[in-house]
Amino acid sequence: MNARLLPYVLIAPVTAFLCVFFLYPFFLVAQQAFTTGNGFTMDNFREVVGYWKFPISMRNTFLLALAVVPIQLALSLLMATMVNKMKRGRDLVLYVWTIPLGISDLAAGIIWLAIFEQSGFLNSMLHGLGVVDQPTSFLSYQNLTVVFIAIMLAEIWRATAIMLVIIVAGIGLIPKEYYEAAEVFGASPWKRFVKVTLPLLRPSLQTALILRVVLAFEVFAVVAALGGSTFPVLMEQIYENQFLLQNSGTAAALALIVLAISIFFTLIILRALRVPKGATI
Amino acid sequence: MAEIQIKNVAKRFGEYQALSDINLTIADQEFMVLLGASGCGKSTLLRIICGLETATEGEVWIGGRRVDHLAPKDRGIAMVFQNYAVFPHLTVFENIGFGLRMQKQPNDEVKRRVERTAELMHIEQLLGRYSGELSGGQRQRVAVARALAMEPDVILMDEPLSNLDALLRLEMRAELKGVLAESNTTAIYVTHDQVEAMSLADRISVMHQGRIVQAATPVEVYRNPAERFVAGFIGNPPMNFLPANRADAGKWTVAGQTYDGPHAADGSVEFAIRPEDIAPAESGLPAKVRLIEPLGAHLLVTCDVDGTMFRAVLESDLELKTGEIINLAPHADRIRWFDKSTQQAVA
Repeated sequence: MNARLLPYVLIAPVTAFLCVFFLYPFFLVAQQAFTTGNGFTMDNFREVVGYWKFPISMRNTFLLALAVVPIQLALSLLMATMVNKMKRGRDLVLYVWTIPLGISDLAAGIIWLAIFEQSGFLNSMLHGLGVVDQPTSFLSYQNLTVVFIAIMLAEIWRATAIMLVIIVAGIGLIPKEYYEAAEVFGASPWKRFVKVTLPLLRPSLQTALILRVVLAFEVFAVVAALGGSTFPVLMEQIYENQFLLQNSGTAAALALIVLAISIFFTLIILRALRVPKGATI
Repeated sequence: MAEIQIKNVAKRFGEYQALSDINLTIADQEFMVLLGASGCGKSTLLRIICGLETATEGEVWIGGRRVDHLAPKDRGIAMVFQNYAVFPHLTVFENIGFGLRMQKQPNDEVKRRVERTAELMHIEQLLGRYSGELSGGQRQRVAVARALAMEPDVILMDEPLSNLDALLRLEMRAELKGVLAESNTTAIYVTHDQVEAMSLADRISVMHQGRIVQAATPVEVYRNPAERFVAGFIGNPPMNFLPANRADAGKWTVAGQTYDGPHAADGSVEFAIRPEDIAPAESGLPAKVRLIEPLGAHLLVTCDVDGTMFRAVLESDLELKTGEIINLAPHADRIRWFDKSTQQAVA
């Protein structure tokens, strides 16, 4: 076989798979979003944006992303630095820290629900310690802040590890001589982190942040388990449109909006953390 | 003034004794080379001096101040790393100015010193580039400029030329010597390359198995090796050794010939001579020619003397044939003797 053709032949099956199962459905969704019974229209978008829950779910999704992602970034950097300093037991600690990754998000939501609900661990504990007289309902619509914090905690617990593993791998790629040089030339441990680790970690930070931010806009099961309808988010709106209202056109429109937001943030992250030509390790 | 004193330094990594009983004084503005094969402890000693490693025992003094408990930045040192460690995310300018920025020097002072050292290292046209856009030689220059910009009392170099190709290494070697002589700093330079050591050093410390075997001028190390190891390590080809038998007081028989040797030696000694300190003569060590390698200026002749391999560097116009037996006479004042049990030189 012609050696120049071979690579294309080899990637053909994957390309075909992606076209059939991703690209084609994507066009179908786009078509659904932009059409009703009578040709091209923006009606679906008008309808979902005009719906009273849309601004609330949009705000909730952004607030959650804004509250969760920076904390996860800081935590994963801290954890990765700690893991990298370890001489023994490093792999074990990493395994333990990544356990939540192996649990589905709905299961994670249910675990945290078991903690926060009226007959949950937290109430039993507080009651047992005599802090409260009777179990309180933490996750009710009167306690939106608590609901928000519970979702935040669950999300941080569930999805920090995905950033952690990327960052641990990234830090492992930075040659130790750079740290020694920085130390000899007078950089304190904090300066070494800021002046050596962070800039050299940009490619890994890019990947980790893009992955995490995109996932943050797709948050659904954890919120559904802990907040239910008291805390609407974008994904939940898609579910509602598709399965409760049986309106696939509006559901598709919402999906495209989430996609646009994800692409927008991906581009921002790519731009903000880009590495100039010639400045790679 | 930055005299360096290393007092009774030892370093153990677990069970492994990396350095033992290191005592060394390096004079102000001296160029000291730590020379040895890999694993001899030379890099460990350098890292102890700069503070990246802590000695298990002993003290390090720089400029009359004990520094072994201080952070690297407080020791008045700068370092050139083997792999350069030029930060890839910073421009050449920011790399050279890195240490100055850490000292919070004002901008115009950073600019002045960066530009001056860049000029000294002939890289002023590269200041805006990243290290990924530089050749190995240029990165090396940046690493040296970064150290010089600190105007340190002591500059430490860990095999700084070992990653360059042969021609560039020669060029940089000459340049380094010039630049460092002008900068009036004390320099400690680690290498496994004896030619580099001989050409750069004011003094060489030959290291072997975690000890300093000999610390002396290059000529002294070459002419009068203190130990058999030094004699075999320095010089290419290395010194020849032949067994010797005591003939009389101060007389030793070597391959049937009698030479004046040490009086006091009670045990057995070895006869040693450099390959270039030998000439063909009417009488001398009988040598059977095994291999002739013309090197242009000289002939490198490998022979068999008394069943031992023996190398001689001879005049290139000599006509020799393999298998031929010739007499090789050593220059009497260049003969050295080593005690076989202590390995030490004996006079």
